[in-house]
Amino acid sequence: MIKKMTCIECPKGCTLSVDIENCKVAKVDGAKCPKGTAYAVSEAESPVRIFTATVMADGLNLKLVPVRTDKPIPKRDIFKAAEETGRMRIKAPLEAGDTIIENFLGLGVKLVATREATRLTGR
Amino acid sequence: MVKRDLVVVGGGPAGMAAVIAAHENGIRDILLIERDQYLGGLLNQCIHTGFGLDYFGELLTGPEYADRFIKKIRAIPDIEVSTRSFAVRLTGDRTLTYLKPGGIFTVRPKALIMATGCRERTREMIHIPGTRPAGIFSAGLAQRLINIEGLLPGKEAVIIGSGDIGLIMARRFILEGAKVKAIVEIQAKTRGLTRNVVQCVEDFGIPIYFNHKVLKIYGKNRVEKVTVAEVDEGMNEIAGTRTTIECDTVLVSVGLIPENELIEMAGVPIDKGMDSGIFVCGNSFKVYDYVDSVTSDSEKAGKLAAEYIKSAVS
Repeated sequence: MIKKMTCIECPKGCTLSVDIENCKVAKVDGAKCPKGTAYAVSEAESPVRIFTATVMADGLNLKLVPVRTDKPIPKRDIFKAAEETGRMRIKAPLEAGDTIIENFLGLGVKLVATREATRLTGR
Repeated sequence: MVKRDLVVVGGGPAGMAAVIAAHENGIRDILLIERDQYLGGLLNQCIHTGFGLDYFGELLTGPEYADRFIKKIRAIPDIEVSTRSFAVRLTGDRTLTYLKPGGIFTVRPKALIMATGCRERTREMIHIPGTRPAGIFSAGLAQRLINIEGLLPGKEAVIIGSGDIGLIMARRFILEGAKVKAIVEIQAKTRGLTRNVVQCVEDFGIPIYFNHKVLKIYGKNRVEKVTVAEVDEGMNEIAGTRTTIECDTVLVSVGLIPENELIEMAGVPIDKGMDSGIFVCGNSFKVYDYVDSVTSDSEKAGKLAAEYIKSAVS
């Protein structure tokens, strides 16, 4: 079975033609770089996404600290991830790139801050 | 009035790249003016990934992309950063007036770089009739409310237009527990990147209607519903296709316009600005698709301004 998909690895958005046999990718056409081929295999066999969200901050200069997973997580876990970041609170100051959770949801990925947050000082 | 070598208005990606490049090209007396409390501009509210592939060879979020430049600027003591500073007046001889807590200030630099970004097109600009209830937001404003202020603008949204910010906000609404009833695009294809249609719309099964337009917005105090119809090639309603969608929120994502009010006030045509030491870069020059290109082009603006300063008879 040939499936058409758009690569999301970069803004070029190559149209990929993916030959799938028995739920496995046999051949990928249309990718302009190796990332596209890898994306097609992942997207057809077990789709993943980088997860980004915000976490409420307490006592810091920002109301919300933006966060991401350092690696992509399974697409099916995106809502679970959003619920988790919705429950969390950050109280300690952070640098962009600091790890907040070492093993996020047991998925083997880190949840990291993407922006600096400092302690709130009275003005 | 204070004299400076270089003043840059706007501390977003364009202004940050410009000041760093000007410094690298030998300028030491630099003032960077930013109206927000922090540097970073629109990048701070763009918490999604998609930035930096060209410039850094890495996939970054907006705040991460901004952070790299913020750290660089902090490490250069010659660059004075004035936040919470709002430029209000510019004259053709480069005299700039700005407000900041504590007073009103005037500065006349040898060269000026305007990096004031762009503004969103509004509902009024695309002439959508109806009432003016609460619940109508530009997509970028909704993005700021959700990602910076921690406020959810509504529970059931219809998005007008399929610009990138609108597509990205569709996903944010869903992940924050709200519904997106429809994305309505008058053209036959998306105005945004295909990758955003894939990862923000199709991933979440959000209905996207091409060749459709919102005819009217209804609601007294709060948005209650919109009417939608299919359009023909002339973008006129096709009879018999009208439907109603109930919603409490309308997001408008129909494009961006360079912000150039101060340059207009100064009476300097943008293409003649370089003769009078006024340079423009970033989205205030033209609306870019990728921040990486804003950075590269703004570095050129910083270098050109440095050359202008060095060649100017002092």
